[in-house]
Amino acid sequence: MKKVFRIMRFDPEKDSKPRYVDYEVDVNEEMTVLDVLHEIKAKQDGSLSFRRSCRSAICGSCAMNIAGKNRLACNTQVVKLKKEIITIRPLNGFRIIKDLVVDFDTFFRKLEKVIPYMISKTPPPEKERLQSPEDFKKYEQFTMCILCGSCTSSCPSLWFNSEYLGPAAFVKAYRFYADSRDEGKEERLEAVSDESTGVWRCHVIFNCFDACPKSIDTTYAINQLKKAAIKGGK
Amino acid sequence: MVEHDVIIVGAGLAGLRAAVELADTVDVAVVTKVYPTRSHSGAAQGGIAAVLKNADPEDSLEAHMFDTVKGSDYLGDQDAIEILVNEAPENIYELEHMGCPFSRFPDGKLAQRPFGGHSHPRAVYAADITGHAILHTLYEQCVKKKVRFYSEYYMISIFVRDGIMRGIMAYDLKSGRIEVFNTKAVLFATGGYGRAFKITSNAHANTGDGLSVVLRAGLQIEDMEFVQFHPTGLYKHGILLSEACRGEGAYLLNDLGERFMQRYAPKMMELAPRDVVSRAIQQEIDEGRGIGKKDYVYLDLRHLGAERILERLPQVYEIARDYLGVDATKEPVPIQPTAHYSMGGIPTDIYGRVIFGVDKKVITGFYAAGECACVSVHGANRLGTNSLLEAVVFGRRAARTIKEDLPKLKREPIPREDIEKERKYVESLFEGDSKENVAEIKAQLQETMTKNCGVFRTESQLKEALEKIRELQKRFKNVRVRDKGSVFNTDFVDVLETSHLLDFSEVIVLGALERKESRGAHYRKDYPKRDDANWLKHTLARRVDGEITLEYKPVVITRFQPTERKY
Repeated sequence: MKKVFRIMRFDPEKDSKPRYVDYEVDVNEEMTVLDVLHEIKAKQDGSLSFRRSCRSAICGSCAMNIAGKNRLACNTQVVKLKKEIITIRPLNGFRIIKDLVVDFDTFFRKLEKVIPYMISKTPPPEKERLQSPEDFKKYEQFTMCILCGSCTSSCPSLWFNSEYLGPAAFVKAYRFYADSRDEGKEERLEAVSDESTGVWRCHVIFNCFDACPKSIDTTYAINQLKKAAIKGGK
Repeated sequence: MVEHDVIIVGAGLAGLRAAVELADTVDVAVVTKVYPTRSHSGAAQGGIAAVLKNADPEDSLEAHMFDTVKGSDYLGDQDAIEILVNEAPENIYELEHMGCPFSRFPDGKLAQRPFGGHSHPRAVYAADITGHAILHTLYEQCVKKKVRFYSEYYMISIFVRDGIMRGIMAYDLKSGRIEVFNTKAVLFATGGYGRAFKITSNAHANTGDGLSVVLRAGLQIEDMEFVQFHPTGLYKHGILLSEACRGEGAYLLNDLGERFMQRYAPKMMELAPRDVVSRAIQQEIDEGRGIGKKDYVYLDLRHLGAERILERLPQVYEIARDYLGVDATKEPVPIQPTAHYSMGGIPTDIYGRVIFGVDKKVITGFYAAGECACVSVHGANRLGTNSLLEAVVFGRRAARTIKEDLPKLKREPIPREDIEKERKYVESLFEGDSKENVAEIKAQLQETMTKNCGVFRTESQLKEALEKIRELQKRFKNVRVRDKGSVFNTDFVDVLETSHLLDFSEVIVLGALERKESRGAHYRKDYPKRDDANWLKHTLARRVDGEITLEYKPVVITRFQPTERKY
């Protein structure tokens, strides 16, 4: 069946602002949005730029706004969108580099601000540190984040404040906060509690949770950080 | 010109592990075509092997070594394998100390599960996202150590003269500039090449760039004919469904509902090594016992129960649901063998130094580790969970060698004419209109490789493949980059990647055509037996004046003499 893909294009060397171009593609039952983008690039316009790599929803490269929602192009099947015209835009709130490719340097720099690594103050044992399966469960789902940016891009707090650290960074912070092995809880709470860029800019509208392709409970993580920050007087 | 003492190319497990090792004391930078956390190591699912004895006190280093040697069909170099297994436990503990979120046993120790070809349960894992867990942990350590990344820089070429590595040239996608890096040492951790095949578990980025760049620089690549086909790729998509499924107890079923592995590996059944299982599946399909006589069989997880599937194999569940609409807790999952891993690669010694020729001459300042390298711990067939292990162990080893070598290494100048030559090559790709479609050439190559250079091979198939590849190479000469812009030109990257696919694929097919025996993942229907008298040796390929020439070097055998391989 034929569908129209309305794709936002922007060439920094030619365009002063983004524009939409329509592409008609004959799609079958199995095709994902990523397959469609490849098809357009191969047969209609070789200059169309987008990121992709694993095509199995684990590398986080191909997050974009598809039919009004942030999703991964690689695990979104076209037929499931149930639309005749499918609009594809780059992630909102991120600077566009070209077409569907946005600037992720800023995103990764924000991640660095939450001390995104385990802090140990005591020397490690000869073998593994012990951790009960119950303690492991407390943070396991937050290790599944693929840093695709879907959540952070969906958050209005980011749209109005580009310095806002955003849910992906908070999920990373909480992943360590909830890890029984970590000994840097104080520093990390401090790092996420800044009045203008930290967790307090989250107004609990669940956009991030809704956008996460790995179904991570981002809002829970942020709320837990808020609670801990209140307790800690941050 | 950018100067660093050490450049690592690639930010998967091997590259990042090396970066972590070097960052404290050395001027090191990582050049990577994707952001580090997008590297394909992150797609590894089932586990990483080490003898920790958490699940089985009877396990031993010797057993791990023997399993790996036997798994390699005796083509693995046993000195390297011994290092791999001996250094495994400390490397795993180190990852745990860095914070890696490994799954746990009730006693709080690292959990371990069974895996194909391993005689004891020794796969340490993080549910079915083990690669992702380790990749992100190493990235976190890189952030901690403030490692300098050149992310989304695509390496185009290397500068090697007089047996000395001098640096690399790369395309910075974001700025659109071509940058030359002048270095004392370069470590390749550029990964695999599954994208030469139509059905593959590999990422789009896995185009074997490192291998073809090395070939173009006049150096060698080793054992390229040994391509691992993973038994359980998602039907039609090729996406990996972890061997951990079978490690947890899943069955393989044919159209008659039989657990057909009984006929092929009565002892190990579904947990035989990958080459054995992939051949069994292909044979079932070829003999008309695929499901509905089609080209797939079933991976059945249902008897494991929903709770265990969702806890231990959440990603497998998601993939089956999202791509085929199959609920793995209620229905069997259609699977077929999928091109997965490259046993061959850039020849190195056990210290990670790139070597050349039968006499193993060291290329000064050049190192390789991980899937792009061939040390060779996997020989003719890799065991599951040994690849993450190799990346970590030999990434660390190569870094330590570099540290030792650095005081002796100088930053040798890159001759101006060498840089000019590479720049002209790039310019030539932009000159004029394209008379061929790069995507079509790539698709035809992938089609040919999957059809003619797969699980089973014959002389006529391989000859057909070789002819096709050479035709495509000719047609490629008329390919030009259609996007004439400079910023984030993925058309340009596609063109370079496709040229790489065409280059090393010729080596795979030639190596397979010449090797008139069946060993590990290389199975010749016309030569179905292993032939130790003539073929217990590694293939070395090099390109001289456009022609591939092959030579052979002996296998290092220390403790285990080759015997018949049965499972």
